[in-house]
Amino acid sequence: MMEADFILAGVGGQGIILAGDILAGVGLQAGSDVKKSEVHGMAQRGGVVTSHVRWGRRVRSPLAEPGRVGFLVGFEALEAARAASYLRPGGLAVVNRYRLPPPAVTAGEAVYPADDQVAAAIQSRGAALEWVPAQEEALRLGNPAVAGVYLLGWLSGAGVLGQAVAEETWVDVLEGLVPPAHRDLNRLAFRQARAARTA
Amino acid sequence: MSDASKVLLSGNEAVALGAFEAGVRVAAAYPGTPSTEILENLAAYPGVDCEWSSNEKVALDVAIGAAYAGRRALAVMKHVGLNVAADSLFYAAYTGLGGGGLVVAVADDPGMHSSQNEQDTRQYARFARVPLLEPADSAEARGYVEEAFRLGERFDTPVLLRLTTRIAHSRGPVRVEDPSPLGGRGRPAVRDPRPVPDPHHRSAREALAALANDPGKYVMIPGNARGRHPVVENRLARIAEWAETCSLNRVESGGGSLGVVSAGVAYQYAREVLDDASFLKLGVVWPLATGLLRAFAAGVDRLLVVEELDPFLEEALSLMGLKVEGKRYFPLAGELDPATVRRGAAQAGLLTSEGEPEAVPGLPPRPPVLCPGCGHRPVFYALRRLGAVVFGDIGCYTLGALPPLSALHTCGCMGAGLGNLQGALKALAGEEEGEMEGTRGRPVAVIGDSTFFHAGLPALANLAYNQGGGLVVILDNRTTAMTGHQDHPGTGRTLAGEPGPALDAASVARSLGVEQVTTLDPYDLEGFVAVARGYMTSGRPAVIVARHRCVLQARERRPAVTAVAEACNGCGVCLRLGCPPLVREGSVVRVEAALCTGCGVCAAVCPRSALLAEGAIPS
Repeated sequence: MMEADFILAGVGGQGIILAGDILAGVGLQAGSDVKKSEVHGMAQRGGVVTSHVRWGRRVRSPLAEPGRVGFLVGFEALEAARAASYLRPGGLAVVNRYRLPPPAVTAGEAVYPADDQVAAAIQSRGAALEWVPAQEEALRLGNPAVAGVYLLGWLSGAGVLGQAVAEETWVDVLEGLVPPAHRDLNRLAFRQARAARTA
Repeated sequence: MSDASKVLLSGNEAVALGAFEAGVRVAAAYPGTPSTEILENLAAYPGVDCEWSSNEKVALDVAIGAAYAGRRALAVMKHVGLNVAADSLFYAAYTGLGGGGLVVAVADDPGMHSSQNEQDTRQYARFARVPLLEPADSAEARGYVEEAFRLGERFDTPVLLRLTTRIAHSRGPVRVEDPSPLGGRGRPAVRDPRPVPDPHHRSAREALAALANDPGKYVMIPGNARGRHPVVENRLARIAEWAETCSLNRVESGGGSLGVVSAGVAYQYAREVLDDASFLKLGVVWPLATGLLRAFAAGVDRLLVVEELDPFLEEALSLMGLKVEGKRYFPLAGELDPATVRRGAAQAGLLTSEGEPEAVPGLPPRPPVLCPGCGHRPVFYALRRLGAVVFGDIGCYTLGALPPLSALHTCGCMGAGLGNLQGALKALAGEEEGEMEGTRGRPVAVIGDSTFFHAGLPALANLAYNQGGGLVVILDNRTTAMTGHQDHPGTGRTLAGEPGPALDAASVARSLGVEQVTTLDPYDLEGFVAVARGYMTSGRPAVIVARHRCVLQARERRPAVTAVAEACNGCGVCLRLGCPPLVREGSVVRVEAALCTGCGVCAAVCPRSALLAEGAIPS
């Protein structure tokens, strides 16, 4: 049993719902009570998607609280910065080194924050930041869609999580949730990321 | 330690499981966030006849018919769907179901994640004199379905099952027996239907025969309805008595002197924030167990109600003469969450405020947008060019209101735009000819295909019948896209995957009396503009069916548009389409090829031929 809150933040279509399902499944498998929440509907037309996953002895609220979350999984840099206020001091953000400019930026009306601004947003919360080459590695593996699972693999090896939950628990849950045709690639992405983080 | 008998289900999946286990035979719904997945999941269980109905009222009538025939039936809708179905809820409350079971699952959307308003369905329970149950997590969502049917069948009444977004779309553990009716990802994996619960041992035929012999109960002409109203009032009083000892209401004694009354997800937030308070957690939210509430209030020094949206419980408790606090500290508008409840509790002096982290300032927003290649985009671009005032409707196409398209000017409710158009035309008719030149300033209505079959048909009939002169654009993407691609009467496929007759919006418009009807592919931007211009100034009713299959479903890909940097002068006309692959880079526009579907609409609007598409415009 482990207590932890997670926020997954990114853009519609990045596989955040699946990653949240995996994270929730791992918590349950590891003996925690679990709740997970996200919004469907209009958010998925290229808008922001945020998923809350909570592990605990007895989880009441399906939503985590700003300033109290231990782990931020950023699927995209800007959305990681936007979700940074959820982090608690001592928390950890693992952030995909990847930018998806929103419409105001592509139209030349706004500026995408620089990496150090993203870092400052996270570090000003007293939290640690790890940039993860998830997009790059997913492309190397042949499918950008596994970037989310790469991020999870990295997260699984980070900090207290690395000791608390065995790699095989993650892989079991992952294999149960990913369609059979994509299992091998996802397992590979996960294991590579975990190995890269714990090396 | 893992527990293999627990699966993580969303509230919606849990309601579907509960409905299957309760032996529901007929279920009907119109898709609507956050309720849609209930029927999508239930349809995968054996022995349950599930349908997408053309709208929520029809869905409820279908469910009532099945309940009249002695079966258990479920109708599902979002909060605003119950407005559409309200007439049917009220007559079913009067007639009762005579042995069959009727549960109406309604999902509210506090915070309006995907809705046009915040409505509190609990008010409908009081209004229609029917009981309402409200689960607080997935496990309760599953179990409350059976409880709702038992309650309804015992007292001969429809029962409302209220969910909210954070119950419907949150996952939590649900314990399932062995063998599990669920497979991977909580999806149904079971072959045998559940038996029909049949306390009356009647076939559907026998139930209908009994109904036919009881006109005083089922024919709501005034003389009969007058007899039924006291029955309804008396029934509610008896249910309130039953609620006093119902296990769905429970007291959780804490150490302190504070007592909190709450239900649904608000209970979870309050329980987390005010952990040492005593709680009266209500599962039966209407009618209220007044004796239980009085006893609970008597045992605490301070009584607090934590509830989302309306002060529904707070007002009822005040009317009982209890000293109670609630909306003074917790907002009436918007969604609650733990931080909001913590803030309210601090204001009430129950906690010390710890200060909240501030949002990171100055980040560019990321609003939802029409997808690259969406067939709605050229329609809005064209309507803007024509200077039309656009009465809108509910669907993905409502995104046409956002900049840079900014070409949809109202969004009220399903089907509203067509009637609005007619009224505006009547108002304009009194003004001097010549003040309106060409198409500029003329009103137009747009409506999606699923929405057209939902609420557009009577409005279009009215437009033709009363000789309104406006243009109606049916944005026909061959699906109900916004809620996740559900079928509808125009797609030729039912929820069960069976083929059905595909209603053709153009033929329907003609048979309703509209003489000017054209079906075209809106990728042909100039073609659309020409037809729309003619129709808008014709003075007679007209319909354009702008048909292009939803790109998310069709997944059609033509070669990406090529940007010729040397030809681009950075004028930005193409950027007014608001298409995600078009990116301003320095003084020119480039195309993010990975996102581009090659629809070619941007190439059609570029005045410098700096955007080149390959064979995208259909002939």
